[in-house]
Amino acid sequence: MQTFILGILEEGFAYAILALGVYITYKILDFPDLSVDGTFPLGGALTAILITAGVNPLLALLLSFMIGAVAGIVTGIIHVKFKVRDLLSGIIVMTGLYSINLRVAGSANVPIFMKDSIFENRFTERLIPDRFNPYLVVTILFLIVVIMKVLLDLYLGTKSGYLLRAVGDNETVVTSLAKDKGVMKIIGLSIANAFVAVSGSIFAQKNGYFDISIGTGAIVTGVASVIIGINTFQRFSKVKATTAVIIGSVLYKACVAVAINLGLKAQDQKLITSVLFLIILITSNEKKRRAKNHAQAD
Amino acid sequence: MLRLIDINKYYNPGTVNEMCLFKGFNLTIKEGEFVSVVGSNGSGKTSMLNIICGSIPVDQGRIEINGQDITHMAEYKRMMKIGRVYQNPALGTCPNMTILENMSLADNKGKVFNLSRGTDKKRIDYYKDLLRKLGLGLEDKLYVKVGSLSGGQRQALALVMATMTPIEFLILDEHTAALDPKTAELIMVLTDAIVREKKITTIMVTHNLRYAVEYGNRLLMMHQGGIVLDKSGEDKKKLRVDDILDIFNEISVECGN
Repeated sequence: MQTFILGILEEGFAYAILALGVYITYKILDFPDLSVDGTFPLGGALTAILITAGVNPLLALLLSFMIGAVAGIVTGIIHVKFKVRDLLSGIIVMTGLYSINLRVAGSANVPIFMKDSIFENRFTERLIPDRFNPYLVVTILFLIVVIMKVLLDLYLGTKSGYLLRAVGDNETVVTSLAKDKGVMKIIGLSIANAFVAVSGSIFAQKNGYFDISIGTGAIVTGVASVIIGINTFQRFSKVKATTAVIIGSVLYKACVAVAINLGLKAQDQKLITSVLFLIILITSNEKKRRAKNHAQAD
Repeated sequence: MLRLIDINKYYNPGTVNEMCLFKGFNLTIKEGEFVSVVGSNGSGKTSMLNIICGSIPVDQGRIEINGQDITHMAEYKRMMKIGRVYQNPALGTCPNMTILENMSLADNKGKVFNLSRGTDKKRIDYYKDLLRKLGLGLEDKLYVKVGSLSGGQRQALALVMATMTPIEFLILDEHTAALDPKTAELIMVLTDAIVREKKITTIMVTHNLRYAVEYGNRLLMMHQGGIVLDKSGEDKKKLRVDDILDIFNEISVECGN
């Protein structure tokens, strides 16, 4: 039971950073960004190749962040400068990244479990007592998630962050403020995909491998986490949206884990992922409709 | 000074639905003028505002502000000197952000949006003073999301936000049309007070003939992409609602209505 819960927390935290990235595009920018399915494995591929080459795992995280940001800028430029629809811009980048990821990694599957990672390295081996080992991964993940969340919160509280929120909320206001709304969208996509690539890097380091298929359905996981988190906590105005999204990610992974535990096989995972997502969408629509009916009755 | 010179504007060019709205349209608006613009639907009032702001391109002609050619300047760059309030109260504010956050955004117009704190705490009292002048109690709702305010409250806030930083032109696009008569009256009084206080050159499109007559120092009536009436100064003061209505009726008869 303990390993079961720890497993859920580990998965939930690893994907929470992806969910924070998707929160930026899906919720703040109102931009359904499918490039996420390509930038998640992009972070993983880069990390696999860097770690194989003996690069510091933390540096691999940082470089993943940067390459994700670049990929996001590409999506943004396709959408803003060439006026391609949001959904299609993401699909173009996602599809292109599939080949790029293969090129970066060199093959469709790269094992790195024998190498150092942010979870297993000289420091953790020397400093952390053995009896604490089962909690090591989850603790490190928790720390990274908190750091990323605080950074995002801080950014959203800056002038630039205000403008980013305004772009998703009402583009006209941004134009009225004599600011280029396109540039803000590109910045938002860039930050979002940087987060997603970090998530991919963490996934590769945690599981000890990169595989080209890890990105499939990343956007579904991300949007599902965002919707669960926001819907669960919208009644509590004290809970920040970013916190809600992180908890949403854990809850979502818990649902998937329970479904697999009930007898479904590991190969059913993507099916479970999408069916669960559908259920979440339907129930959140139902909720909205009921709220609307109430409003009309009043 | 704002000048529209020889403007041509076609809608749906090259199709069977091609429609010429402006052909050789000219207009000069001098500094300090408060121009009210009336006219029937489709007369080109809103198109004119969109052309000034750069929301739609022109097919020919030149737009100048103080002698500077801005015909090909991007809309967002023009907004540096222009404040605009729309007919739809939802367009001027961000619904999911608080009043304070909206005010902070507006306060930073013309400056860089960098990584410093979004809301300057030292400015809060100033924002409250601005909101208090509206008399709507918004100064006590700084932390309320704008989406939960009424249309009138949102429009008042939009007006304050549009005129908070120094601008040269205020564009009012039927900004009282979506409000109930009492709120519309209030917004109109507020508008007049702000325009007088800040001495902003203003162009106001309205369907309310009384507002057009009562406010401003110049009145334009537009019809089918042309200006059929242009009164300013003493002539404008003598103008009555009935005079405008008469001209309206004449035009309608010509059109066969």
